[in-house]
Amino acid sequence: MKSLEELAAIRERMQNKVVLREGSGDIRVVVGMATCGIAAGARPVLNAFVEEVNREGLSDKVTVTQTGCIGICQFEPVVEVFEAGKEKVTYVKMTPEKAKEVVEKHLKGGKVITDYVIKDI
Amino acid sequence: MVRAQVLICGGTGCTSSGSAKLIAEFENQIAKNDLSEEVKIVQTGCFGLCALGPVVIVYPDGTFYSQVKEADVKEIVEEHLLKGRVVSRLVYDEAAADAAVENGNVSLSDTTFYAKQKRVALRNCGVINPESIDEYIAMDGYAALGKALTEMTPEEVIKVVSDSGLRGRGGGGFPTGKKWSFTAANKADQKYVVCNADEGDPGAFMDRSVLEGDPHCIVEAMTICGYATGATQGYVYVRAEYPIAVKRLEKAIKDAREYGLLGKDIFGSGFDFDLHIRLGAGAFVCGEETALMTSIEGNRGEPRPRPPYPAVKGLFGKPTTENNVETFANIPQIILKGAEFFNSMGTEGSKGTKVFALGGKINNTGLVEIPMGTTLREVIYDIGGGCPNGKKFKAAQAGGPSGGCLPAELLDEPIDYDNLRSKGAMMGSGGLIVMDEDTCMVDIAKFFLKFTVDESCGKCTPCRVGTRRLLELLEKITSGNGTMEDLDRMEKLCYYIKENSLCGLGQTAPNPVLSTYQRFKDEYIAHVVDKKCPAHVCKNLVRFEIDPALCKGCTKCARNCPVNAISGAVKEPHVIDQTKCIKCGTCIDNCAFHAISKK
Repeated sequence: MKSLEELAAIRERMQNKVVLREGSGDIRVVVGMATCGIAAGARPVLNAFVEEVNREGLSDKVTVTQTGCIGICQFEPVVEVFEAGKEKVTYVKMTPEKAKEVVEKHLKGGKVITDYVIKDI
Repeated sequence: MVRAQVLICGGTGCTSSGSAKLIAEFENQIAKNDLSEEVKIVQTGCFGLCALGPVVIVYPDGTFYSQVKEADVKEIVEEHLLKGRVVSRLVYDEAAADAAVENGNVSLSDTTFYAKQKRVALRNCGVINPESIDEYIAMDGYAALGKALTEMTPEEVIKVVSDSGLRGRGGGGFPTGKKWSFTAANKADQKYVVCNADEGDPGAFMDRSVLEGDPHCIVEAMTICGYATGATQGYVYVRAEYPIAVKRLEKAIKDAREYGLLGKDIFGSGFDFDLHIRLGAGAFVCGEETALMTSIEGNRGEPRPRPPYPAVKGLFGKPTTENNVETFANIPQIILKGAEFFNSMGTEGSKGTKVFALGGKINNTGLVEIPMGTTLREVIYDIGGGCPNGKKFKAAQAGGPSGGCLPAELLDEPIDYDNLRSKGAMMGSGGLIVMDEDTCMVDIAKFFLKFTVDESCGKCTPCRVGTRRLLELLEKITSGNGTMEDLDRMEKLCYYIKENSLCGLGQTAPNPVLSTYQRFKDEYIAHVVDKKCPAHVCKNLVRFEIDPALCKGCTKCARNCPVNAISGAVKEPHVIDQTKCIKCGTCIDNCAFHAISKK
């Protein structure tokens, strides 16, 4: 290695792979992955979030993780977005396509997609 | 795309409690559940909580599982990794876990063990795969070297290190920047950098953990030191008893060479540097800097008088900078983040953090890194979890056989070099052996002295003969034959050995005796005058007795006594024949009525 640029290139390439371990993102995206969630297709949704967040270069501020059943099985796959100082947003009946949209508009653009948010039950 | 990572500790502690098997089982279960694309397994260095190994951490949540068994792996994979349900029965610090489950996050930093810690030297231990140079680079690895070589002059590097207030972590506490400037000031055709990884104190494993968990930071720091002092060759002197550390360091050096981070013209700066490993045979005296360098040269590890100091005439007669592993581990962070980052932590005269290896009678055996100025109480109780079985803390031996004891009166004293020294104790290299009320302080002094007697190289008489005579005095005292004059002779001999020995080994060998004598004089006097060992440890001074009021005459003790020292009729109180008793304790263990006690 003869230059700092090369070092920076390796750091860039690797950072996505270790950033998971810092776990200090300001935003936490939690995907319900209980039996009900998995049956309703939560895994592709979770993977779509992970991929999109990475692709958009948001991995240093967004942590994507999973949780168990939150009790509204009829609305699975359920995704909750936690952000410090803001009210929790709960998206329901998610799909990988909707996930992409949430990453772009909400996580990146800061605008909640009200169409996908849970309504008063 | 990887969405979760399973970090499994591959340090020496967890490896011996079976972490290699866990890795295989995780791979197996993850494949079975078709998660191979989504979950990555990483073997890391020491997390610090060795008592509860093997340790497994699942990210991004940072869930901390302890004492994981092969049979638990299936549950972690199926529940946590697949369904996102934390397996709370395996989570360390369940109270913190339950509270954290409420907000869906069971993180490592919430546990009491980690909450008070501040990790600088250990920042990558347990976080990265130590065998991957790329992961080290991702954590800003080698950026400090790049900064030093391309943006700073050697003088500027030394100035930052000086300003940071970093002092030698091996126990001496000499200012690191000053040490570097001495070597830099000497002109020579060849200079050297030496890393002292000959961690010899019983109970200390800070350096081993750094080498095992973050070997590249030592490679990087030594290269920076080489640049600052004008050295082009470095040696790491590591004991052969640390096979995992040696293996990972070898790989780190090889990978760094391949990337051109060691070798010729690093970062195009024209600076050349290369590193070599020398294995030590585990002699304690080789931790002394002049003996260590003599050993690297291929000679028998014996110290020589100083001056000349290594900065003038060191390895192969050339100016040499010698630092301890932990000292080096702080360097990249100091260069990268500046002197203020480091000197904003700690106390007036002791900046930064210090790593301690907690061992002995303590619940959380392991590795902790705390800011200087933290009190001993916080380390022992908040982080260490106190003494097992609710026993009372009596003292901690800091710095092993070269160090002194920190008694309960010093629990609220801030830990730093100068404060502890002013209290007649010392910080030492970081080994902290905790002793509870069942420990006899005379016996513990004898234990450490036995170690130094064995390890004395024999070159100078005060150490070779003096420590032997001192040990004989202690043996006389613990066997109940000591006199008050012996105590005076013992104290005098201690000072004589300290003042007249050639090297650090002899100069510090009497410390355990002196410090226990100063702090626990009454225990020494009890051994000599009352012929009693208050902690009931010294065999010659202990009597086993059966309380006739409590004895039911069940005969169990008599049947189990290996030397038939107990007699008595059935349903009648039994008696121990003191002339036959070998004080093995079998009778106490067997008595169901607590009728037998040590007196």
